[in-house]
Amino acid sequence: MIEIKELHKYFGALHVLKGIDLNVKKGEVLSIIGASGSGKSTLLYCINGLEPIQQGEVKVDGVSVHAKDTDLNKLRTKMGMVFQQWNSFPHLSALENVALAPRIVKGKSKAESREIARAQLEHVGLSDKIDVYPSALSGGQQQRLAIARALAMEPEYMLFDEATSALDPELVGEVLDTMRLLAEEGMTMICVTHEMGFARDVSDRVAYFHQGVMEEIGPPEQIFGKPESAHTAKFLANVR
Amino acid sequence: MNFDYTFHWRPVIRKLPELLEASLVTLQISVLSMIIGIGIGLVLALLRMGGPKYLSWIATAWVETARNTPALFQLFFFSFGLGAFGLHLTPYLIVLAGLSFNNAGYLAENFRGGFQAVPDTQMRAARSLGMSTTQAYTRIIIPQVFRIVYHPMTNQLVWAVLMSSLAMIVGFRELAGETQAQAFKTFRIFEYFAVTALIYYVMVKMILGISRLLSWRLFRY
Ligand SMILES: Nc1ncnc2c1ncn2[C@@H]1O[C@H](COP(=O)(O)OP(=O)(O)OP(=O)(O)O)[C@@H](O)[C@H]1O
Ligand SMILES: [Mg+2]
Repeated sequence: MIEIKELHKYFGALHVLKGIDLNVKKGEVLSIIGASGSGKSTLLYCINGLEPIQQGEVKVDGVSVHAKDTDLNKLRTKMGMVFQQWNSFPHLSALENVALAPRIVKGKSKAESREIARAQLEHVGLSDKIDVYPSALSGGQQQRLAIARALAMEPEYMLFDEATSALDPELVGEVLDTMRLLAEEGMTMICVTHEMGFARDVSDRVAYFHQGVMEEIGPPEQIFGKPESAHTAKFLANVR
Repeated sequence: MNFDYTFHWRPVIRKLPELLEASLVTLQISVLSMIIGIGIGLVLALLRMGGPKYLSWIATAWVETARNTPALFQLFFFSFGLGAFGLHLTPYLIVLAGLSFNNAGYLAENFRGGFQAVPDTQMRAARSLGMSTTQAYTRIIIPQVFRIVYHPMTNQLVWAVLMSSLAMIVGFRELAGETQAQAFKTFRIFEYFAVTALIYYVMVKMILGISRLLSWRLFRY
């Protein structure tokens, strides 16, 4: 379970997250929507400790992410993250991209980590690309590679930061399908997304962020059907 | 004016073993100065990108001096310059220090460019997988930087081999120094320097060839 309490985040004088309270239960799929600059990416970075926080607390399975004595590297293996820019490691083949972290972070044997990598590449539909280098993959394939790479750490949570925003429209579908598959398998997911169709169909809950505040959260029927906040309604009217 | 110089190659050919031996000294000192230069250059680059202020200032001064003053003067600094302060290095150390100083300065700029060419998002991705900063650098960032600086590094090695010939001025007997010593013993000066130039040429071509072969093996992407 991910528990966020009274989270405040500043970049210098800029108050980016203004007291976020949010719990995400095991198995839940939460989508986060909101205008550019509303702090969605920052929230994900605060959850896995890539950004420090100034006030409040984030707990993952009871462990406080930002506490001084927390082993962040270990904690991060529980949380896979997929970014907007597909950051495959260009100097490694697809298989090596996925096999590296299990070996050097989790200390698995070479053979075992390659086995895991093979399985995860198959999982995301890239079995035929095992020995290919990222430069020879399309954006959609690279993004699925990034998903396989995160899954190879056997995470309990997956954080997606606009995984499809940088893709050509015709490549968005294959990545969303992979994300859908994970959701069906019961993965706990927090997805920052601009894909309203995905948010509506796949999520258990949808949160709307507005200028650093979680303006509204609820089941998709509520958010997309009859939002309680005027800001939410206005935002959705504009994206549709 | 009539041209009455007759070429005599035989004395040079007879001394070829000595010259080839001296060319090994050239290679050895060049490679060693590259290894030192890579180590220091990496540190200088990192300091310039985010070190404490005064250290970063020293790094900048080093880079600027190495790149914008004559290589010969840099060598003089380690001989006469330090000599003026009562510190007398052996000819070998003078040359090694001069070459390393110069290499470090040039390589630091190459490394800095290399680090800047690797997007920050690579670091974030590596850290998000649970890698430590050290792991992220050694497994993800530095291999990519290495590829970017590989060819500039080869060029620097070539430059080090050629620059090492300045050693003859401070009396060190690498290839150029040996050539000079032999040439003035026999007065077949032109022949000696012609043959030596050819040896330098072959050495440089060999370095470039090996570097290319190695790059095919190293970089498959
Ligand atoms: N490293 C940083 N340093 C300073 N300001 C930052 C930094 N990262 C983000 N910000 C600022 O924080 C605010 C929130 O940024 P964030 O990236 O979280 O927004 P977002 O909701 O993800 O937007 P988008 O939809 O454009 O990705 C923005 O005003 C942004 O400019
Ligand atoms: Mg964002």
